[in-house]
Amino acid sequence: MEEKTISNSRRCYKQWLCFMVLFMSFSVIYVDAVWPMPQMISSSMARYTLNPREFIFQYSSGSSAQPGCSLLDSAFERYFPLIFTDYRAARPRQHNEWFRFPFTVVVHVERAECEGYPDADSSESYKLSVCSGQAALRAETVWGALRGLESFSQLVYQDDFGEYFVNETEIEDFPRFQFRGILLDTSRHYLPLHAILKTLDAMSYNKFNVFHWHIVDDPSFPYQSSTFPDLSSKGAFHPSTHVYTQIDVKRVIAHARLRGIRVLAEFDSPGHTQSWGKGQPGLLTPCYKGTVPSGTFGPVNPANSSSYKFMTHLFKEVTSVFPDSYVHLGGDEVDFTCWKSNPDVRGFMLKMGFGTDYTKLESYYMENMVNITKGLNKTAIVWQDVFDYHEKIPVDTVLHIWKGSPGQIQQELSSITLAGYRVILAAPWYINHIDYGQDWEKYYTIQPLNFTGTEQQKKLVIGGEVCMWGEYVDATNLSPRLWPRASAAGERLWSDEKMTSSVIDAFPRLVDFRCRLLRRGIQAEPLFVGHCRHEYQGI
Amino acid sequence: MQSCQLSADWQHHSTSYEEPTLGDSPYGSLWPLPQKVQISTVVFKLSGASFHIFDAKASSSGASCRLLQNAYRRYDEYIFTSSRKQGQNKSKKALASDMSELQVWITSADSECDSYPSVTSDESYKLSVDSPVAVLKAPKVWGALRGRGHSFYSTHCLYSDEEKSINRTDIHDFPRFAHRGLLLDTSRHFLPIKVILANLEAMAWNKFNVFHWHIVDDPSFPYLSRTFPQLSQHGAYHPYTHVYTPSDVKMIIEFARLRGIRVVPEFDTPGHTQSWGKGQKDLLTPCYSGASPSGSFGPVNPMLNTTYDFMSMFFKEVNTVFPDAYVHLGGDEVDFSCWKSNPDIQKFMEQQGFGTDYSKLESFYIQRLLDIVTTTNKGYMIWQEVFDNGVKLKSDTVVHVWMGNKVEEELQKVTEAGFTTILSAPWYLDYISYGQDWQKFYRAEPLSFKGTDAQKKLVIGGEACLWGEYVDATNLTPRLWPRASAVGERLWSDRDVRDLNDAYSRLAKHRCRMVQRGIPAEPLFTGYCAHEYKGV
Repeated sequence: MEEKTISNSRRCYKQWLCFMVLFMSFSVIYVDAVWPMPQMISSSMARYTLNPREFIFQYSSGSSAQPGCSLLDSAFERYFPLIFTDYRAARPRQHNEWFRFPFTVVVHVERAECEGYPDADSSESYKLSVCSGQAALRAETVWGALRGLESFSQLVYQDDFGEYFVNETEIEDFPRFQFRGILLDTSRHYLPLHAILKTLDAMSYNKFNVFHWHIVDDPSFPYQSSTFPDLSSKGAFHPSTHVYTQIDVKRVIAHARLRGIRVLAEFDSPGHTQSWGKGQPGLLTPCYKGTVPSGTFGPVNPANSSSYKFMTHLFKEVTSVFPDSYVHLGGDEVDFTCWKSNPDVRGFMLKMGFGTDYTKLESYYMENMVNITKGLNKTAIVWQDVFDYHEKIPVDTVLHIWKGSPGQIQQELSSITLAGYRVILAAPWYINHIDYGQDWEKYYTIQPLNFTGTEQQKKLVIGGEVCMWGEYVDATNLSPRLWPRASAAGERLWSDEKMTSSVIDAFPRLVDFRCRLLRRGIQAEPLFVGHCRHEYQGI
Repeated sequence: MQSCQLSADWQHHSTSYEEPTLGDSPYGSLWPLPQKVQISTVVFKLSGASFHIFDAKASSSGASCRLLQNAYRRYDEYIFTSSRKQGQNKSKKALASDMSELQVWITSADSECDSYPSVTSDESYKLSVDSPVAVLKAPKVWGALRGRGHSFYSTHCLYSDEEKSINRTDIHDFPRFAHRGLLLDTSRHFLPIKVILANLEAMAWNKFNVFHWHIVDDPSFPYLSRTFPQLSQHGAYHPYTHVYTPSDVKMIIEFARLRGIRVVPEFDTPGHTQSWGKGQKDLLTPCYSGASPSGSFGPVNPMLNTTYDFMSMFFKEVNTVFPDAYVHLGGDEVDFSCWKSNPDIQKFMEQQGFGTDYSKLESFYIQRLLDIVTTTNKGYMIWQEVFDNGVKLKSDTVVHVWMGNKVEEELQKVTEAGFTTILSAPWYLDYISYGQDWQKFYRAEPLSFKGTDAQKKLVIGGEACLWGEYVDATNLTPRLWPRASAVGERLWSDRDVRDLNDAYSRLAKHRCRMVQRGIPAEPLFTGYCAHEYKGV
């Protein structure tokens, strides 16, 4: 035992040797247990026994983050019970308590942004070395440290007698894509707060870092605005039980921040706004039947200056409530029939010289919206429709691809990046579409950069997003429908594509990982016939 | 592989099924719809404080009937949960127009309170709601469960109101089909007891009356047999955490009985038995690769006498553990390749004069198995292949039609041969697709095949099947409900009840009711429930 430790600790100093072991170690159970797969990982069969009573997290002496760093302190509290799943005294020991042989996870962070929010350019890279009876975790930022803690927690496993182990391991890791998102739709069905928070937990286990909150849409307006309270009091399914109060929103943002997750709010317009009209009379375009209003309404009325005034006020609030430097403006699926029917809109078209090209009217509207956001010092993300209509939008706007056949998607990627815009890919990951069988494979084998373009163009693909639209999804079925199917996309967006190209290699790892999710209380559905040591205990 | 409905039309929010128009059904949230119902616009108030359910004086079942007393308590809780929590029972005096009691009157001399439900149980009931007393009349307790169980609660539509209310209503109800089943598969994934019980409860709300327990199969053998404990010891996923002990089984059977639900276990042979082989040496056929055994095993070995000795003892136990008059013997999907590879089997085929027709060997096995089970005085159900292969069946055999092609032809043949049958082919709920597939399950009509009235009468019902390849405790309940509810109405209500818009309106409310009672039934479409699901 003693001898083994010595010989192995020698190897730790020669990391190049460790990396050579990498591809040989795949057949060993537990060793390749990290999901998504780190960029570089190597491990040996030498392992340490972990005892929850002799285990501590510690800041390294040179770390710029020290005790009192709220973000990491609470991460330690969180990861202790995630590592020792059976241990009932849920709190980790403090670092100053005395042990004979404590196993220490030493955390070193170069820049401590303990009170900040993760953003588009936050570094998430980290190095983790489990060696010589301790684990050393080094990261540039606290966000990287969070990713490293997650990886460490996944390296720990239990044998049949309940003992905890961790193998000697070297990891050097960073995300392939900066933007790894999940969209939840809280308009088609209201999702209770706990369902959102639980999803954020599971996202952090999968190293997702953006919660795209499609908070309002046609069916309901659950966001309780302090500036325009009527929007939710009239537009929500129920004015008090089916709304997100300012406190709720703050809680979501805080919960996400602690897990290194950005909250990207989407207030989609000018289409998908039926619910807005209930609390904001005059905002939507009245549709006409012949020469009289039919009583129904269309998209936001782009001919009224009051529309833009309203939007400016609303987005002023939104951008102050949501700290992220990006905001999603939607801009998809605008139906022109109502605009066409309305004589005032037609008059406006004439005045603006748009002829009968209603895409120009839409462009005009979106241009105004993007400028409003710009005035608020935020960068806009919009659905691809906005690009497709060749609107004049600032070049820092991010386009979001959501539709098309694989060929059309490649074409769209080419042309958007050729025009110099950054792009997020969601089209292959519409996970609300369900099918019999193992459709995770479909999500796993997507190649986001497989399109014609220069290196420079490929760099403009900043990431991807899993979308869970809400037509058929609410708190009753959200979790099992999302996990582990979204995990497949999670690995695609984080890991190296060559290292993770095989569905056959991924399957047993994902099976293990989904059992780990279950153990952590995430209601992740099975991939196929089989069992987990600890089955889900709810109904 | 391709997701056909979606690729055609790139919209964020397309749906492949027609969207039923939202409107209120005149029948409120009644599900499944009773055979005869009259709802007047006169509304009575129900108050949690003064309202009571009790036995009518003339009823043949009294306070000693545990089944009914339990049901009273259950439904009292369902009806008044929210209002009592909100403190609405502050000794309000009953107004003249209040509904203050429900009398339950079992009319036949033998209430059947202490027996098990069977395929011939009388589930009819009459419910008359008129101030100040509602009367529920049923020949047997089973009808009372159906009437109590559902209709009474369903008739009042104003959940969100703090006051519960009920319309003046007259219902005369009985099931269209006697066998309304649900199959759960506990072999491909183990289902914790809690999950099974919760779904039995939901079954009762949907007037299902048969739990078809596909308890063992290839992947695992979770049934803990007293006679052959090694079967689960070696064949379960885990010998302690992933098994059903005798007391678990007993609990499930009693829980089901109290809800008027039969438990029909399935022990499928000779195929689908890989897990049996782990605990029972020499039960399965050794497969050969060339001249030597390959190390893998095929179906049950039909040529050994020890096989039949084992089956006799095993089914003797099954007979005592499961009180239902029927047991399901499976008999589906037998793969002949292993039998063909085995030289001993080849020799046996020759001796028996079967030539190379392995379906004769299968029939040989099934025939002997049926004889064994017959001696235990159980009736049996079998999957359709057994009938198709021409095995001689007892006249009371139930043939289970599951294959998706030529369903009507099969029903025609089976009933022509004089056998009773149940239908599952249109109701494989494990097959999921995007959109409102409940409509597909709802539209299926079991009696659309050509045949005489006598033949049609032989169709005693149907079963919704939720096979377990992709289903365990994490996703079973939302995948089952309210999709199975669509099957529930098809099997209970009149054949002419098929208006999709009316059904949508009632089903959306019914699903919210299930959610409020704690069952995570998934949504039919965009919308909301006053009380959303609280768990995660």
